Amino acid sequence: MSLLISGVRLADGTVTDVAVHEGLIVPVSDLPADAERVDGDGLLALPGLVDLHTHLREPGREDAETVASGTRAAARGGFTAVFAMPNLTPATDTGEAVAYLNELAARDAHCEVVPIGAVTKGRDGTELAELGMMAAQGVTVFSDDGACIHDSLIMRRALTYLKPFGGVVAQHAQDPRLAGPSACCHESEISGRLGLPGWPTVAESTIIARDVQLAEFTGGRYHACHISTAESVEVIRWAKKRGIDVTAEVTPHHLLLDTPHVEGYDTTFKVNPPLRTSEHIEALREALADGTIDVVGTDHAPHARQDKDHPFDVASPGMLGLEQALGVVIDVMVNTGRMDWATLVERMSAAPARIGRLPHQGRQIAVGEPANLVLVDPTRRATVDRAASASRSRNNPYHGIDLPDPVELTLWRGAVTYRR
Amino acid sequence: MRHLLSAADLTHDDITSLLNVAEEMHEVQRRPIKKIPALRGRTIVNIFFEDSTRTRSSFEIAGKWMSADTINVSAKGSSVSKGESLRDTMMTLDAMGVDCFVIRHNSSGAVAQAAGWVNAHVVNAGDGQHEHPTQALLDAYTMRQHFRDAKVADTFRGKRIAIVGDLLHSRVVRSNVLLQRTLGGLVTLVAPPTLMPTGVEHWGVATTHDFDSVLADADVVMMLRVQRERMSGGFFPTAREYAHEYGLTAQRLAHLKPSAAILHPGPMNRGVEISSEAADAASSRVLNQVSAGVAVRMSVLYHLLGGEGAA
Repeated sequence: MSLLISGVRLADGTVTDVAVHEGLIVPVSDLPADAERVDGDGLLALPGLVDLHTHLREPGREDAETVASGTRAAARGGFTAVFAMPNLTPATDTGEAVAYLNELAARDAHCEVVPIGAVTKGRDGTELAELGMMAAQGVTVFSDDGACIHDSLIMRRALTYLKPFGGVVAQHAQDPRLAGPSACCHESEISGRLGLPGWPTVAESTIIARDVQLAEFTGGRYHACHISTAESVEVIRWAKKRGIDVTAEVTPHHLLLDTPHVEGYDTTFKVNPPLRTSEHIEALREALADGTIDVVGTDHAPHARQDKDHPFDVASPGMLGLEQALGVVIDVMVNTGRMDWATLVERMSAAPARIGRLPHQGRQIAVGEPANLVLVDPTRRATVDRAASASRSRNNPYHGIDLPDPVELTLWRGAVTYRR
Repeated sequence: MRHLLSAADLTHDDITSLLNVAEEMHEVQRRPIKKIPALRGRTIVNIFFEDSTRTRSSFEIAGKWMSADTINVSAKGSSVSKGESLRDTMMTLDAMGVDCFVIRHNSSGAVAQAAGWVNAHVVNAGDGQHEHPTQALLDAYTMRQHFRDAKVADTFRGKRIAIVGDLLHSRVVRSNVLLQRTLGGLVTLVAPPTLMPTGVEHWGVATTHDFDSVLADADVVMMLRVQRERMSGGFFPTAREYAHEYGLTAQRLAHLKPSAAILHPGPMNRGVEISSEAADAASSRVLNQVSAGVAVRMSVLYHLLGGEGAA
């Protein structure tokens, strides 16, 4: 397909025409005469967003999400690539499982899907999975997400073993002794009052402190998933200052939603790590602005209703994120003047593509580049309606709140994957 | 009143009315034939997702003495493991036309969640580590009776109430603190630092780690059960050390005012948080609490169900 977006602004402020033909951005003069024309006046063209942290639930829980529905939600949110976490059934812990996911993606996906491989067999934290055979199938990011790689020796070995493959270990930092399986509420006045098992901030930051030292010691590449606390930010800041090869991620929900949301025991707001208090939210925003935190990862975690209609401490943790991620980041970072559009592109597209070693994603919008881009109306807002989601699940924590609703058009490899 | 979920939902007038009606119910309890027709034709389902002897039988007796049809449903084991969600369990029973659910659940907040899914009235008979409002009411009832027997003013304002034990995991302490916030009692919480709830400094009560410092002034000492499995969690080293630091021993008993009441919601760990000397002392009101439990629960059920189109 061919498309001319006229008079559109780029993240750096320049206004230009963007011509798309056969999957690439081309000179306007190369467009066929019948190319579709889109008026870009008042709109922004950004590189397609890249999510390092998505749960697609297929194979295993197709009632909650599939590759098709999850990537439709991704396209709706402006994403052209998502990394699929391996906590599936079966877990993505072999080359064959990766190959199967690649087949599913080739058949059903509305954006690029890159499988993340498990670090340990069955994600149980005891024995390394076949990391090299997964790397041979294209895996660059390895994670036991949902479970912490708690054993120091396993973390050391994973960081070391992956070096020849250039793989990164993406850690779900949660000390299982300080924050066990029942921990579900930020340990605070609120957990004490509600009688909910506390999830203390140090259960995250002490694991990251250990891990960054192991990363320095081994020379391996380390990524801290969904950091949620001011203490973790301080550890990452220290590690980067020392030149350790670490990166960090924050979710949209940890940038916006605070602990008091759980006061009614609404399990929509149960997430792991839990929603934190305002001083942590402020530290995360500051760290995202100054680059201590490299990327926004959605941790899009669809759950079927029957897995949420339980008491708070046993309901499944997790919330949707792909469709509202950009809106949240625009509202808390751009509209507040803390971040410009170029920095947003770095955090939501370029940096995640770099960390995940996806050379054809997260690139600037220029002639000759792959046409992965999203057209954004930065002023449009809407009240979020969970029923309107492309996801199969409805655990949307933004339901009923007013947020930017910016995505007008998403193009992946030059094809329209979403149009308002 | 539609539900009784939290002690915080009760006004001073609500509490006074609940305690006064409980007194009338207590009279019924002393009759040879303990049956009044107040709730004839009403159906009460006691659904207990967690083991309980005294609370469940107390509610069952309360309902039966008021001529309600009471049914016990034991739902032990999480609904998750049975593959049914709490919502489906509750909506299924509600569809049978139940008038009132009395719910005990091992998860904090589960009773409030359940109340949102049913048409019937709901009484919280204890949710996780959160609240147990009928326990706080029966404690208040017992204290009031004790003040009268001791010939002191039968109001709570200014009374010194020490609550001692595993506060972190206790729903009883949360409901008592909330109820006494309304009634005006001066609560001091006593526990080792490892068993103090996070954020207790926002509860509007005094706290101390020194049990001895509160003995002389206390009007009521409420001892809470300490579970032995807390030792493996590293909350305290041994039962012996716990008893030494935080138990109501015979020595500490001797430092209480003669008019001070001793309460314990049970079941008691004699020799750990409470000595036999204290449990069996003349000032012990432990069995009065049990007896008050039936009267208070009759009153609660009457307040929820008695007014509306009773048969």
